[in-house]
Amino acid sequence: MGSFIRFPALSRNTLLPLLSLLFGFFLASPAVAQTATPVTQFQLANGLTVIVKTDRRAPTAAHMLWVRVGSMDEVDGTTGVAHVLEHMMFKGTPSLKPGEFSRRVAALGGRENAFTSRDATGYYQQIPSNKLEEVMRLEADRFARNQWADEEFAKELEVVKEERRLRTEDSPRALLYEAANAITFVASPYRRPVVGWMSDLEAMTPDDARAFYRRWYVPANAAVVIAGDVDVAQVRRLAEKYYGAAVSRPVPPRKPRIEPVQTGLRRMDFKAPASQAYVSLSYKVPGLQSPADAAPGAGEAFNRDALALTVLAAVLDGYSGARLERALTQGDNRLADSAGASNGLIGRGPQVFVLDGVPAAGKTADQVADALRQQVALIAREGVSEAELKRVKTQWVASETYKLDALFSQARGLGAYWVNGLPLDTDERLISQLRSISSAEVQAVAGRYFSDDQLTLANLLPQPPDPGRAKRVPAAGLRH
Amino acid sequence: MGATTIFYPMFSWAAIPVQHWTQPGGARVYLVESPAIAMVDVQLDFDAGSRRVAADQAGLAGITASLLSKGVAARGGEPALDENALGEAWADLGAQFGASAGSDRFSFSLRSLTEPDLLGQAVRLAARQIAEPAFPDPVWQRDRQRMLAQLKEAYTRPAYRVARAFSEAVYGSHPYGHETSEASLGRISVADMQAFHARYITPCHARVSVVGALTRAQADTLVTGLLARLPQADCAAAPPLPVVAEVAPLERAQMISIPFDSAQAHVLMGQPGYKRNDPDFYALTVGNYVLGGGGFVSRLTEEVREKRGLSYSVSSYFSPGRHAGAFTVGLQTRPDQAAQATGVAREVVAKFVAEGPTQAELQAAKDNLIGGFPLLIDSNRKLLGNLANIAWNDLPLDYLDTWTDRIGKVSVAEVKAAFARKLQPEKMVTVILGATSQ
Repeated sequence: MGSFIRFPALSRNTLLPLLSLLFGFFLASPAVAQTATPVTQFQLANGLTVIVKTDRRAPTAAHMLWVRVGSMDEVDGTTGVAHVLEHMMFKGTPSLKPGEFSRRVAALGGRENAFTSRDATGYYQQIPSNKLEEVMRLEADRFARNQWADEEFAKELEVVKEERRLRTEDSPRALLYEAANAITFVASPYRRPVVGWMSDLEAMTPDDARAFYRRWYVPANAAVVIAGDVDVAQVRRLAEKYYGAAVSRPVPPRKPRIEPVQTGLRRMDFKAPASQAYVSLSYKVPGLQSPADAAPGAGEAFNRDALALTVLAAVLDGYSGARLERALTQGDNRLADSAGASNGLIGRGPQVFVLDGVPAAGKTADQVADALRQQVALIAREGVSEAELKRVKTQWVASETYKLDALFSQARGLGAYWVNGLPLDTDERLISQLRSISSAEVQAVAGRYFSDDQLTLANLLPQPPDPGRAKRVPAAGLRH
Repeated sequence: MGATTIFYPMFSWAAIPVQHWTQPGGARVYLVESPAIAMVDVQLDFDAGSRRVAADQAGLAGITASLLSKGVAARGGEPALDENALGEAWADLGAQFGASAGSDRFSFSLRSLTEPDLLGQAVRLAARQIAEPAFPDPVWQRDRQRMLAQLKEAYTRPAYRVARAFSEAVYGSHPYGHETSEASLGRISVADMQAFHARYITPCHARVSVVGALTRAQADTLVTGLLARLPQADCAAAPPLPVVAEVAPLERAQMISIPFDSAQAHVLMGQPGYKRNDPDFYALTVGNYVLGGGGFVSRLTEEVREKRGLSYSVSSYFSPGRHAGAFTVGLQTRPDQAAQATGVAREVVAKFVAEGPTQAELQAAKDNLIGGFPLLIDSNRKLLGNLANIAWNDLPLDYLDTWTDRIGKVSVAEVKAAFARKLQPEKMVTVILGATSQ
């Protein structure tokens, strides 16, 4: 579900929260005096896309390289290779020794990291804007000429396995998501974990990573996003000079791997060392599709159901005291310690709407699951109030102003839109379209997409930890 | 440069114009005007962190903060608002408001648009929450049940278990080491919250930081409004708050091994560090960048992760506060590698304390810290954090303007001497949780 990042200390954010790009902790002004500056996009002769957003509030810039390849582009047996390659991108080029990339960026006063998700792999530096040329030179170099010795791969693979142990194997809910995901999707490559199965990591070879790199890291499959105190003409010149040197190659064809229609409830029990039970319900729903006319200023024309589902999630769980909290976690006979709702909305693969909850002491996961379903059914029956609808819209609109304070998240948002084939003015289009979403539309999606036939229900059965049990590590013979 | 930009610089960057004044009611206000975006961020800090709570009520400060969003009392013809009404009201304003407690500070934060009608309503609502919390007992009874369940769950997680054992060993009986427990939760009542709030949340002790599209006059009005409903006292006549004891140094090394069934062993190593007003602050900041704070390029990362592949995450940090917060080295590794990884980390720390950084390492640290300075202040939110730091720690108003110079003056000898004064590798606590018994 989440994305994996190369280094933990620079960001505790393990998820790439697409939803919060749109909604979430930044809220906004109905007055539009300070709409964002326009975004410029152009393509180099070799096919690489460049996206520039000028913001001169401070003498800093964010420089990101997005490659439209993630775990969904892997094949069975080498799951996790997109993420392993992301780690190896720090291990050198013919002119740069292992670790030297990071030392150079640090010497520039920069901060850097990288991440891999199901949809994309991203690399970024935040820098004083007068250092832009130097990071463009460095990033273009490794994009075109990543190179390292097998010994470097062997060591870094151990680091990645530690990352998997830290984020997944010692987190009962992460293990549950991983297992539930693997039954929610059958044909879609979304069924596999971003970090990869442990046995695939154990069996991964240096050439697996090199082959993946050669196949997918081609200019036409990448975009450079730069936001901050920069000049568009200057960026164009630098992009042509550095990224323009990468040799043009065709983007490999992608197999569609369409998820077949689900025709019945899938249910999974999962045991893990924990104290609290937990239940999640994932419903297959439409994601945001690129509008037919993607030209800037062409207006809205997204599929309205995807947007209405996001409004539904906000009505259920978008603010303190929203419907799920009231119905499930309050009162003398409350069912849950917590309850939530979220809508996927954006991704290259099939999306899900997730309801989840932690049963209160003495209550069962089934009771919580039923109550969650009932809350959606209530909206399907009676709709939502105008006050709720207005509240959700107010929060969303306010978030657009707050977003202007965070340069890096703006760059990240633009990159995510590009990766997912959405227009760069998606923010504006969504806001414009959001204003016309009606209670009837929210009611309609609550009725349309929440049949049990579309549901995967995953149930965490807590097991007492057992200090005496044998360590859950692979037998020595399986290790490299 | 670009002719069509709408944004203009936050300020001239030659100097960051911090404005500061003290209100008649006692509140110390710090302001940076940032007019580009029609929004404002505010942080109010009070000397009411968890260090002011007795051990048998550990958790009271944080719980008082969380209960502040669970309802306000009726007063002066205004009706009471319960937790749901408050949540709706904030969402309807498109604004955000919250309270939290750390070891030292009890903080309120407000983010709002500056459109006058919205901001006025947000300030009035925040003022009620700051001064007139209802502390409803049924809500506390419910939240206590939830916290007990979360605590029980936390005991099954290796990161929580190791942090708790480390904190208790480093801090001993000092309040920095008090941990919320089933027993302390059982002892806390809403009357305790009321008393805690009444005692510590007063304008006399308020430090208020404001960053946003407001003038000084507007900021002063905003702060007055936020504090208007608190009882106004004669600050000169108010008795000072009680002194909290200092953290005691460790007398000897301690090794704590905790059996645990997890995919990784978790290791924490350290000791009490230093107080924020310590004159070694800059040398320790530069030194820790080299040792374990500098992301990919630190010594710990190089030795533990890059050379040996032993851990995904390894770092060191100080946590200076009103008292000597801990120096902490942390890593996680496969259970059978715990002893090896701990040994490598310990050796790196001991060598650094004994020898200090090389001249090249010192230069690399300065290049990053000084070169990257603009990244510390390039948004309102980051500026607010810096401003609150100045406010809380009584730093000079030109603190940010002189910061790079102060970093630039640090020498190898100063780093070495500062680390030798602050760290005693032979007396550190080491907690290893979940290692394979060898």
